[in-house]
Parts: sequence; C-alpha cells; structure tokens
Amino acid sequence: MPVLCSSCSHKRAVLKRPKTAHSLCKECFFWAFEEEVHQTIVAAKLFKQGERVGIAASGGKDSTVLAHVMKLLNERYNYGLELMLLSVDEGITGYRDDSLETVKRNQEQYELPLKIVSYEELYGWTMDAIVKQVGLKNNCTFCGVFRRQALDRGAIMLKVDKICTGHNADDVAETVFMNILRGDIARLRRCTDISTTSEGEGVVPRCKPLKYAYEKEIVLYAYFKKLDYFSTECIYSPNAYRGHARTFLKDLESVRPSSIMDVIHSGENLSVREGVKMPVQGTCDRCGYISSQALCKSCVLLEGLNRGLPRLGIGKHHRLHNKILSQQPLTEKEEKKLKSVDF
Amino acid sequence: MCQVDEVYSDHLERAAVPSVSKKCLKCKEAAAAVVIRAGHSYCRGCFREYFIHKFRAMLGKNRIIFPAEKVLLAVSGGPSSCSMLSLVQEGLSQSAHKKLRFLPGIVYIDEGGAISQSMEERQRIVAELQAVFKGTGFPFHIVPLEQVLDLPSSVLVTGPPTSDQPASAYKAAVDHFIQNNSSIFSAPPDQEETSPPSQKETSLPDIQESRVHLLQQLIGSVKTLTAKADLLNILRQHLLVHTARAEGYSKLMLGDSCTRLAVKLLTSVSLGRGAQLPQDTGFSDPRYGDITLMRPMRDYSSKEIAFYNHMFKVPSVFIPSLETKTTDKASIQRLTEGFVTKLQADFPHTVSAIYRTSEKLQTAFRSSSTADSSGRCLFCMCILDTAVESASAFNMTLISEQLSQTKAAGNTKAELQQQSPAEPESSAPAGQCCSSGGGEDCGRAAGGGGCCSTDKATETPNLRSLLCYSCQLTIKDMSSVDHLPLYILSEAQRRQRRSQMREEISEFLLDGEDD
Repeated sequence: MPVLCSSCSHKRAVLKRPKTAHSLCKECFFWAFEEEVHQTIVAAKLFKQGERVGIAASGGKDSTVLAHVMKLLNERYNYGLELMLLSVDEGITGYRDDSLETVKRNQEQYELPLKIVSYEELYGWTMDAIVKQVGLKNNCTFCGVFRRQALDRGAIMLKVDKICTGHNADDVAETVFMNILRGDIARLRRCTDISTTSEGEGVVPRCKPLKYAYEKEIVLYAYFKKLDYFSTECIYSPNAYRGHARTFLKDLESVRPSSIMDVIHSGENLSVREGVKMPVQGTCDRCGYISSQALCKSCVLLEGLNRGLPRLGIGKHHRLHNKILSQQPLTEKEEKKLKSVDF
Repeated sequence: MCQVDEVYSDHLERAAVPSVSKKCLKCKEAAAAVVIRAGHSYCRGCFREYFIHKFRAMLGKNRIIFPAEKVLLAVSGGPSSCSMLSLVQEGLSQSAHKKLRFLPGIVYIDEGGAISQSMEERQRIVAELQAVFKGTGFPFHIVPLEQVLDLPSSVLVTGPPTSDQPASAYKAAVDHFIQNNSSIFSAPPDQEETSPPSQKETSLPDIQESRVHLLQQLIGSVKTLTAKADLLNILRQHLLVHTARAEGYSKLMLGDSCTRLAVKLLTSVSLGRGAQLPQDTGFSDPRYGDITLMRPMRDYSSKEIAFYNHMFKVPSVFIPSLETKTTDKASIQRLTEGFVTKLQADFPHTVSAIYRTSEKLQTAFRSSSTADSSGRCLFCMCILDTAVESASAFNMTLISEQLSQTKAAGNTKAELQQQSPAEPESSAPAGQCCSSGGGEDCGRAAGGGGCCSTDKATETPNLRSLLCYSCQLTIKDMSSVDHLPLYILSEAQRRQRRSQMREEISEFLLDGEDD
C-alpha cells in the first residue's frame, strides 16, 4: 500500500524525512527543504538587499546544494543578491582537480561567475608538496588553516560582502563535540553561531545558511534533484579524531533522530563562565591577518615549510614567534624538534 | 608450544620494565603499587593519602558546608558513592588529620520497582546495603522509588536558600564552632547506633502492590530507553530532594566521579540540555534553593576509585539498573558511555579534557529569574531555555515539523510569520502529530489517534509549555502523560492557572518580573 505524502496528502510519498520522520512526496520535500533554508536566512537576517555574496564551492554535495538553493531562493524571494562561486584549489591531484571540474560545470549550469584561488599562487605550496614534506599526519592542519585565509583573500579579490559556506547541521553538531573533547571553550562558544561578526580588515563575514539542514536531507535533495556533485573523500588521511566525533553523532542520530538539532540547541545555550581566559584577537605582525598570537597560524606554518621545519606550526611553539619575527636563528635543539618525524 | 610461551613472556617482561618506574613517585622509597596514569605511580600509603587529601581539598576549596550542618549522602551502592561514604567516614574519624565538621546521613533509593525486580530480590539488596550502612554508624534512610508517587507539589518549588552567607561568614562560623563545641563529635557514633530514629528507618518500608504497579505503568508509558532513563533521573532527584527536606538536611552529596560526569556532560549535550550543563555537572547545584546538591567526587576518575575500593576493601553492592545488559545503541546514555570509555582507552586525556571543559562553564545561577518557579522547567527545575530567538535550533525544528505537515503553501507562510519565538506553545498543536503522543490538544488525535481522547485534553494540562527543551523531548517519547505522578500534574495545573491569571492582569503589571 503506498504511503501518502503527509503534506499534500494526495501524492505518493517517496521518502521519509530524516529530520522529522514524515513521509513526503518529492515536490513537498523540495519545497520544505528550500523553505527551511529561506526561513533560516530570514530569521537570522543573513543578507541585505543588494549585497555581493560569494558561495564557497568545493564541488561536494553541501556546496552544490547550497549554490543551487541560494540561486533559487534569490530568484523566488527577490533577495536582490549578486551571487558568485568561490573555490579554493588546494593542489591535491586526483581529488581537488576532479572536484573543481564539477564546480566549473556548476558555474555553467547556474550561470554564476566563478573565482578559483590556489594555494600555489597564494603560498607557493600545493598540498601535494606539503604532504611530501610533512607526511600524512597533521597535514589537515595546513590545509584547514590555509583554506580559511584563502577564502578571505579570494573574497577580497571578488569584492564580495559576505561568504556563505555549506556547513550543515551535522557539521555544526560534530564541531560542538570536537570542541568539548578538546576543551576549547572559545571555539565552543562561537561554533554554533550562524554567522561570524565582522572581525576586522581582511576578514569577510561568513554565514552558514544550511546550519539547520541535516546532511542526510542534503543528500536526498541532491539525489532527487539529480544535482551534479563530486563525492570522494580527500585522498590525504581524514582527520582521525574528528572521525570519532562523527561516528558518535551518526550513532546518536540513529538512536534519536532529533539529536543533531538537540546538540545544536545545547551549543546555542551554553553559558561560559566569567573570568575564563579567552584568546584576544589581534593582527599578525607579518601579514596583517587576524591572529591571537604575534604571528598568525598560516604565517607560522608557511615559515615552517619554507625553512624545512614543518612541525613549527603543529602544537604550541608561541615562544618561538619572536625569534621568527626578528629572524634570529633557532638553536639546534629547537630545530631538531621541529623536523618532520619519520614513522 | 612451550617454546612459543617462553618467547612471549620474555618479550612481555622486556616491554614492561622501562615504561614504569618501580618506586613511588611521592615518597620515592616504597615500591609503587598503583599507576594512576602514565608516570604517576604511588605506593599504597601515598596513594591512600593522596586519595583522602583530594576529598578534603575539594570540600575545603569550595567552603559551602558550614560546621554542624546536616549533609545527606546519596549512596546508590555503586563504587563511587560507596567510596564517598568511606571518605566521609574517614574524615570524621578521630584519627583524621583535619576533621570534617558536618553531620552526615545516608539515603538510598531503591529503584527495583522501575525495573520489575521481585520483592525478594529488592529485600536482598537492601539487606546487603543495610549491613554496609550500619557499619558506618550514620543514620540512614532507605526509600523505595514508589514513594515518588506520593510527593507533595512543593518538591517542584524552589525553597529560599538557607546558607546564602558570604565566604567571610564561613570563617567566622568555623572559628565559632571550634571554640564552642568540639564535643558534639565525641559522642555521636555510639549515640546514633542506638538512637531509635535510625533504627526505625532500617528496613525497606512496606510497598503496596498497587504502587509498584503504578510506577511500572509510568515507566511502561515511556517508549524509549533514553527517555526512561531521563525521566528516572528526574524522579530520583525529586525524591532525594524531598527526603533531604523532610529529614532536615540542607546539603545533598552525590557520588558522581569525573568519568561519570564526562559521560553526563556529553549525554546532556546530546539530549539538548546545554543550558543546564553547569548545574548538571558542576561542584554545586543550587537549583532547589534550600537544598544544595554537591559533587565532591568530581575530581576522581573511576579508575582511581576502583583502585582505592579494591586496596582498602571499601564494600560496594552491584545493583542492576534500567541500562544493565543493554546494547550500546539502546539509549543515548548508554551510547555516550560507550563512546567516552572507548575513546578514553585510545586517548587517555579524553575524560580530563571533557572535565576541564565543564569547569569553564558558567556556574552562577542567573539570579533574575530564580524567584519565580513558573520560569523553571516542571521536571528538571532548570530555567526554561525555550524562549529563544527566532533563528535557533528550537524554532527551526518547529518550522520543519510544520512544513512537513500542512497543506497549502500560502497558509503555512502566513502561519510561520505569525509565530512568535517567545511563545513556542502556540505552535505545539500543529507541530505535534498523534504518533508522537505528546500533544494532548491535537485536533486530529481526537478522532483516531488512540493516544489521547477528548476528555483528557481538558483535564491534562498542556505540559509542553512548562518544560525545558530536553524534557519536552522526554514527554514526546511518552505514549501518555497521565501516568505521571500527581504532584507533577497538579503543579502543572497550578502553574497554568497562574499564567492565565497573569495574562488577564498583564496590562496592569508594571514590571516583567514578579516575585
């Protein structure tokens, strides 16, 4: 016996929503999904009329769905936004080059301008070269830190007012757990924010319109819309510790599907004690980017790479920042510690 | 075979030697007997000293127990709370270096009824615990969970804080105490062993068959183990607080260990209890006002406790619970426990990192709304976290539910815009479908839902609006709220009447706050 759609109650339901367990037909699901993103955008006042908005596009499911929905809602509700795609080329052969092809196809399909910034042009290093020096462990640190800055630099080149990223509800919930497990109270407090407040020069505000969208629903949406996306895990080892948090979240979801939203609710309502030391935001003495230390993380990482001391930016070596800034040589002992470890 | 064994044992020995120093880290003389964590090995004597000192340090640092105050120890029979009991005993003994100065009592909640244990089984466990409790000489109270059905509604009202004295008063009180009467403590041990009140409480009170049945009906009306465990937690806490109040205690000590609290913290986050984390996991929890909950064992890992109990023969009693013999995925609580224990095995800093996170959370209760109980959750007594801004997980979930149900696109849009974030209950009828059973006033349910009938809708108050985010999830997993104890239902009605009254006179009220 066919199950009828619980929304329009005349068509046959084709899916059970992971978020609410309602059976819906294709059209009603599309409509509900898009409407929810719209409600999120309106309720959180993410955009203003006439703004230029860069969509961070990796070619994966989240950003593909984001680009699709943003374009659709912009037309449906007259947001009056000027949308464009912004991609970062980390220089990972066999992974990013393929996914960028998807982004290029998306560009044609959605008729949005596309800007690609590459690690090579920004930093002089591709991820392939970095991994060759650093090894498979910790390379995600380089990639993550560089990407954050690369997006900002790309956004400035495109002269956009805002960047929106494809972070979904699962990502946010997972980050809540990660920050608890790491004891990182400063990040724990801001990781559930839907948008970053303007942090200073060289930093473009970011927002997550898909913050309340379940990953599973994004996949369902892309599947039924037959969206063209690239789904391969990065070839360089995935972050092991995050993997535990991810598995835990998926298990939670299978026990109680609302868990993902429940975790986000928890994160949104955490209160941090007064008097807990929080990092103070300053600027990097070398490149002027935001940083809580004398040197920003990406300058430290880059310095390490260029000096052949890749471990400089892994772990905490704040004491060495002044030495690097004043170009003093490091002692032999210090150098030894920072060389890549063989394993 | 023989050869294989030999090679293997040789290999083992070689691996073990360099990693652990054999001398005690502290006295550097005696041979180490325990390794608490990598590089921390203690001899028997130093471990004992370290373990006992930590307890006194925890109490000394926080200074919330005043001299001669009555403190109720909640003992479940598990290793951690039994260890706590033994530490209090040790702290009060004549030989103690710095004697504790409070008057302890013990409470045990017998939850056998909730997991359908036979009366004989329950009596056997109680007898075993009695033996332990009698050995301490402290007065003790054995309370069957069934008594939760007969609690007064006042349990759900915060009492006026009694020990709201500043830190300076603490010192004065201690000095005063030391000068005047150090004699109180020379007498108690034998006095209490013979005193009739403690004798009176020793055996498990008679439990009526009908009460057991009612409790089982209540537990049976909860459809998931997650919600069962959560509800049981809440009921247990109500009963503990009630017992403390009835017996004149002003502090309640819980035996949560560091490991336990790490699990609890992640569980709370997963259940949407983020706003209450500091109260749920902090050293002291003032949510009941006159009774302060304390967690003096929060510095101990379960490993340390196991070592101590084993080495110094601290008795504990195994008591099966709702979650005994269930799989990892049976409930969120079980899942989290499994997650933390497994992660701890691979990454030994896991528990302490989570613990440190909990230390950085706000512990001060927002005082503005403490006075009025209507701003508190009917179940867990925490400040309601449902009046949130429109762009929040809470409201977006409501929107998702609405969008998946209503028919015409135009209608819903209008409804959504009308919906005010401050009144989540206004959308509850639409947001709740019959299958989830929580919405009593759901129009469609009256016809064929089977979970709620029309007359119930008038009698049973709409609990959702009185509950915090997480407790709403719990009642969502219940087939009916009718089996909830009377004290909860009548308090719900009272609160609803009050809020109706408030609404009627709202235009004449000058300030948002009322005391």
